[in-house]
Amino acid sequence: MSAKSRRAYFGRRYLVSASHRLHTDALSAEENQATYGKCNNPHGHGHNYVVEVLVGGAVNPETGMVVDMADLDDVVYARIVERFDHADLNLDPLFANRVPTTENLCRAVFGLLKDALPAGELERVRVEETENNFFECCGE
Amino acid sequence: MIYLTRRATFSASHYYWNPAWSEEKNQQVFGRCANRNGHGHNYTLEVTVAGEPDPVTGFVVDLKWLREVMEREVLDAWDHRHLNLEAPEFATAIPTTENLAIAAWERLEPAVTAAGRARLNRVRIYETPEIFAEYRGEA
Repeated sequence: MSAKSRRAYFGRRYLVSASHRLHTDALSAEENQATYGKCNNPHGHGHNYVVEVLVGGAVNPETGMVVDMADLDDVVYARIVERFDHADLNLDPLFANRVPTTENLCRAVFGLLKDALPAGELERVRVEETENNFFECCGE
Repeated sequence: MIYLTRRATFSASHYYWNPAWSEEKNQQVFGRCANRNGHGHNYTLEVTVAGEPDPVTGFVVDLKWLREVMEREVLDAWDHRHLNLEAPEFATAIPTTENLAIAAWERLEPAVTAAGRARLNRVRIYETPEIFAEYRGEA
């Protein structure tokens, strides 16, 4: 392999178990029920979320890495895992006025990480709510 | 444009070591990955090609052909090998997941391009189910 530095991407997946309830005060009780169905259950419910973080950047020729995984882990654990794991998302200030859908969680995670990475740029955040659905945010 | 992806698995050992650094610095930067006896992973190679489906066959590329290319160009060289000691591209480069993705691209791209059916779009390498790197070619 040539020694020139090239742009590549490093991806890492983190498990976050949390509860949420989909409900908005902007809708009536009936409208909430019609919109969110079982997800509107007043006592909430939980998921094993998978947060996938994709970092883009030049491969450091000395280390062969886009980003040091231990450094990335430190940031993601401090900013995401410790904040949301085994938490009730509805009680987080980020969701005081925003329904904790996985779309909104995905965008929130992107916002919490984008200026905090130890190296590279945040390319994309994917949040998998279950094995059958996931959401992605590239920052827009 | 259709994007077609095929996966294959291989198992290999490696270690991380920069010969320009002291043993202490290697240990500090690479931690347990710097163990000189190496360690192994069950890797997954994920190859994506992009192209238009053939009007007769409906294929972008024949998946059997793509499997054979992946086996010939990558798995035959890396599967059940010690990457630092047996893969020529890692005689100098450190076999990080990022560098594996770039090296796999370089191994695959000439064969995919020469076939003329599709272009290589992305190579992703999973080192574990939770760790991966990808390369999309020169920007």
